[in-house]
Amino acid sequence: MAEKAVQSHHVVVIGAGSTGVAVAHDLALRGFAVTVVERGAIASGTTGRNHCLLHSGARYCMSDPVSAQECAQENDVLRSIMPHAMELNGGLFVALTEEHRAYKSRFQEACQTCGIDAPWLTPEQVLALEPHVHPDNLGAFHVPDGVFDPLRFCLSFLATARRNGADVFPFTRVDELIQRGSAVEGVKVSDLHTNRVRRIEADLVVNAAGPWAGEISAMAGLMLPMDPTPGVMVSMRGRYCQRVINRLGMPSDGDIVVPQRETSILGTTSWSVPRADTIPIPEEHVALLLERGRALIPALAESEPQGIFTVARPLIHEMVKDTRQVSRGFECFDHAAEGVQGLVTIVGGKTSTSRAMAETTADLVCSKLGIQAPCRTRETRLESYRAFYYT
Amino acid sequence: MKQEMSDPVMAFDGNELWTIHYRVFRYKRSSGKPHYDKFNVEIAPHETVLDGLEKIWAFQDRSLTFRHACHHASCGSCGIRVNGVEKLPCIVPIREVTRDGGTVLCEPLRNFPLVSDLVVDLGQFYRRLEEAHFQIIRSSEPIERDEHESSNVHTRFENCIECGLCVSACPVSGTDGLYFGPAALAASWRMIQEPRGVDPLSVRSNADQEHGCWRCHVAFECSEVCPSNVDPAAAIMALRQDLLKRKLLRLFQRGDHDRA
Ligand SMILES: Cc1cc2nc3c(=O)[nH]c(=O)nc-3n(C[C@H](O)[C@H](O)[C@H](O)COP(=O)(O)OP(=O)(O)OC[C@H]3O[C@@H](n4cnc5c(N)ncnc54)[C@H](O)[C@@H]3O)c2cc1C
Ligand code: SF4
Ligand code: FES
Repeated sequence: MAEKAVQSHHVVVIGAGSTGVAVAHDLALRGFAVTVVERGAIASGTTGRNHCLLHSGARYCMSDPVSAQECAQENDVLRSIMPHAMELNGGLFVALTEEHRAYKSRFQEACQTCGIDAPWLTPEQVLALEPHVHPDNLGAFHVPDGVFDPLRFCLSFLATARRNGADVFPFTRVDELIQRGSAVEGVKVSDLHTNRVRRIEADLVVNAAGPWAGEISAMAGLMLPMDPTPGVMVSMRGRYCQRVINRLGMPSDGDIVVPQRETSILGTTSWSVPRADTIPIPEEHVALLLERGRALIPALAESEPQGIFTVARPLIHEMVKDTRQVSRGFECFDHAAEGVQGLVTIVGGKTSTSRAMAETTADLVCSKLGIQAPCRTRETRLESYRAFYYT
Repeated sequence: MKQEMSDPVMAFDGNELWTIHYRVFRYKRSSGKPHYDKFNVEIAPHETVLDGLEKIWAFQDRSLTFRHACHHASCGSCGIRVNGVEKLPCIVPIREVTRDGGTVLCEPLRNFPLVSDLVVDLGQFYRRLEEAHFQIIRSSEPIERDEHESSNVHTRFENCIECGLCVSACPVSGTDGLYFGPAALAASWRMIQEPRGVDPLSVRSNADQEHGCWRCHVAFECSEVCPSNVDPAAAIMALRQDLLKRKLLRLFQRGDHDRA
């Protein structure tokens, strides 16, 4: 009986980045009828171009322990539900100077508090594991970082959502929200394969449009000012480490090298832009990344960049961060609080925490629609990403 | 030389902006015939062909469809033909394919069903990779160093990024729609080399078919365009040798248990 009631509820998810795909999967698994609309290709927004780091949480253990704990928990879950989309070789937090090493005890305590296993390695042990790390390093922590493939990450969620009945429409752009009075009752979309316009009715719309979430909520007359905050990454030819190599200290510019396949991706920086669509890359950011990357792994000097790219963090402008927030680390808004029914927005967070973000969002959807259906994404192993293309 | 390449001053050409004429293949299912649209794009010579497509989409024509995600030759989704040659436009700087005032021709991959503009349907392609039991994670070769070997086992993604460039360039895939194609055959060879729990016999018998590895004409176009060091042509040759060797062995040792 209850099952039937769930299935008769149709939810439209806007955006097929890591947030939207995880929300679609969670809702489909709970039994909802789900439709995903994405204006471009899957993962063509922020997610596809991110740094590919499956966070262990260690990166934020000193600056933001709440996020760090969430990362640590999600790291465990994601490893078990999509091992086929990840390189799981761990990571190091390397001290290159006395200044870095001064963080040792603070980092150790913070990791302990957040439940992150982080043994200390001597310089000799570091070099035995990672021979290309700077020979004069002063030791490192070993943490359970990993590396994912952002596109395959998204496709795995979507393939599984499809198996559970979801419809997924890439190249389908939301132009308007269908509204009766102020209540949102669906979306008006352009199918860019045909250039035809159509309406998709829904009981509820989830806005997971990342840095463009403000544009969607503006369609309902809502103010959700975003502060797109990009970072540059430089992908170097050649793999010089097996593990993710971080510099020990507070998170800062150019402090991490993420190996992936046959490349080493240097990152990242942070600044503010007015518009998230095409972001010009400042030359000095590239220079800084190359210089700091080489400080961690001197052999990178022999390599050359094969790709230089940037995307914007989908951050909400500080001035609207207030009591509407459902959680820290990411923001999940029920716009009923502002008088608009039928619209939920989920932004922020990380790809590494997208499953948890989806759980919070789907819980909110359930409570809004009066449905009782437990979250099952923790224990549901995901389909092969390839299944997305041929089912 | 390499040292110079990694210097950002080399990677970036100051503030120079070129005007490039993009000729882009267009097709929408509902509206008429395929045609080419022309767009003038202001772009720095170090920026990529994909950056230009994104600029067209952002500032000139929001209906242009093309696939992309990673922008560093890792996801395999952006493959198109640039000036007639299969490329990942995310790693092709403008200055590599034209000069200021020049033209860049962008067309969808061949040998796949066309969906719209630069987007093709890769369903069959992925099904064949799945049929070869191709797994994405491999154990990696140890990173080279002076003295002792690491005893740790590492994993990493397979070299093949499943971009389909090889299939588009392959003359046999163009004439035989049932041909497995270079990527799936290279995948089969990888699975035979490192089976990871998969039965190599089933991978062999899958490849040892009329539309399998014997169909290849040895044109080597696949290895020419492969952006990810897979060398599918060499893999197909190795696969054939392996199958031949087994056939011969079987001939000489009839009744042997090895029935591969
Ligand atoms: C530089 C950088 C590095 C990062 N590195 C990491 C990392 O290593 N590990 C990690 O876990 N996280 C990382 N992150 C964070 C992570 O990438 C983001 O939090 C995450 O990708 C956000 O996903 P999303 O789905 O919310 O947004 P997006 O991926 O941007 O998805 C939103 C989607 O909505 C679509 N859309 C927009 N408007 C419309 C419309 N009108 N109609 C239909 N669709 C629309 C867009 O095309 C887009 O695909 C990084 C972020 C940045 C900026
Ligand atoms: S073999 Fe090379 S060209 Fe073919 S799909 Fe794989 S990476 Fe692409
Ligand atoms: S965008 Fe990923 S390979 Fe080009």
